[in-house]
Amino acid sequence: MSDAAVPTVSLEGIHKVFGEVHALRGVDLTIGKGEVCVAIGPSGSGKSTLLRCINQIEKISAGRVRINGELQGYDERNGRLHEISPRRIARQRRKTGMVFQRFNLFPHKTALENVTEGPTQVKRIPKAVALKRGRELLDRVGLVDLADRYPNQLSGGQQQRVAIARALAMDPEVMLFDEPTSALDPELVGEVLDVIKDLARSGMTMMLVTHEIGFAREVGDHLVLMDHGVIIEEGAPKEMLERPKNPRTQAFLSKVL
Amino acid sequence: MSLITSKTVPGNVAVSRHQGDEVVFNEVVPRKHPGRWIGVALLVILVSQFVHSAIVNPNFHWDVFAEYLFAPQVISGVGWTLFLTVAAMILAIVCAIILVLMRDSDNPIFQWLAWLWIWFFRGTPLYTQLLFWGLVAVLFPRISLSIPFGPEIIGVPTQWVITAGVAALLGLGLNESAYLAEIFRAGFKAIDRGQTEAAQAIGMSRAQIWWRILMPQAMRTIIPPTGNETIGMLKGTSLVLAVPFTLDLMFATNAIANRLYLPVPLLMVAAFWYLVVTSILMIGQFYLERHFGKGQDYVETRHV
Repeated sequence: MSDAAVPTVSLEGIHKVFGEVHALRGVDLTIGKGEVCVAIGPSGSGKSTLLRCINQIEKISAGRVRINGELQGYDERNGRLHEISPRRIARQRRKTGMVFQRFNLFPHKTALENVTEGPTQVKRIPKAVALKRGRELLDRVGLVDLADRYPNQLSGGQQQRVAIARALAMDPEVMLFDEPTSALDPELVGEVLDVIKDLARSGMTMMLVTHEIGFAREVGDHLVLMDHGVIIEEGAPKEMLERPKNPRTQAFLSKVL
Repeated sequence: MSLITSKTVPGNVAVSRHQGDEVVFNEVVPRKHPGRWIGVALLVILVSQFVHSAIVNPNFHWDVFAEYLFAPQVISGVGWTLFLTVAAMILAIVCAIILVLMRDSDNPIFQWLAWLWIWFFRGTPLYTQLLFWGLVAVLFPRISLSIPFGPEIIGVPTQWVITAGVAALLGLGLNESAYLAEIFRAGFKAIDRGQTEAAQAIGMSRAQIWWRILMPQAMRTIIPPTGNETIGMLKGTSLVLAVPFTLDLMFATNAIANRLYLPVPLLMVAAFWYLVVTSILMIGQFYLERHFGKGQDYVETRHV
């Protein structure tokens, strides 16, 4: 499936309407295999919504989402979209791993159980295999010693690293990070960014919504600036941060840099 | 004045005064609470006076109380009351789970039916419902499967199916299911939306999300009010005389009291057994709460 011509994620003309609010107004974006795409922009600009449309937590109002060329959420026949079953949606979601701003670990399960929940319940991998893999993943995020702790017994940074391991356990094609460090105390941000940096280096395809501009410059291959539900500028991070073309990009950067 | 530093231990924070390496913990003289001691003394006097007067008061007929405390009708009444409580609660819990799932489903027919059920069973008195279940055999003499407006295919007399026991069980259980459904719904509503999203993101199905992620967390908030309802049900079983179902504890003690013309000692017998059963149920509730609170309410803090 890893045809170089087929991007891992392809968004075509995405619109999202929440009642009166037109949150996304026609977004086109492609993320190639192994690419790290970073979305920045003022709050309310639609970047988190866009991320949530990729794994169908939000249903799109217009446009097409494709992962490895496969249309997400619908079947298209004779130019019409047909709803697909919840089972198929769940199957499609396995291709994306998501990391949330507020971690969303399962509080009644230990760190290790959080990581093995998907593999054992969704992929039906034997428990012994899943536990072994779960420990490896926790080791990768530097938490194997805390495997038996409950989320309440972990710091915010540790919880977010467990959440990353939980998403990785499903072997996703693309990892989505929704402001992964926004809910953390400043001194804990670094440990989470280090894990994400390590992932980027390993060739994982990722889309990241963040306010950490320095981090975006360091790990991003592709930087996207969103405002009022559209992409107003995109390109290579260094180029764009140093010589922004759009005056609104300049205005935003002058506030956050 | 020596150096004051704070030392952080994983899991908790201890602030202490350092002298070299040895920690000298603050010795604190506890506050005195003279008012509490006076209160305790007063209460002891009042309670002992009350107990004494109850013991020596001939109107309580403690001999009759002792005689009937373990009488066979009473013990069998305790058994039936306990059975009705547990069976009706199980029926109610099963119905309530179905109702919650129906209300949460995206099928409008299910949503509407669940709403109607809760509206009806919560909106009419339990006593009336029990009377109705007792009268079902009169209102509908035969339960049968038939072609609509056509001939009967198979049928039985209603009184074979809806006996007094079944009527009591249905009356108590279905009424309770409406209340429990609301308690369960509140329990599920209290869970952060992010939990469902996180479970969806790893590809879990709807059923898996309900059973493995939401239900265990909802149980935490559902158990205390459900314990309340169970204890309410225990005492609510005394209403089954409306059916009439005549084997429960309250009916048994009332029957004896009416025969002896001594209501008070037999009320005490009934109260005693209701307290015993309530205490047993409370112990069960404690263990259930501990089980479902793991990771949140009952976390052993371990230092690594």
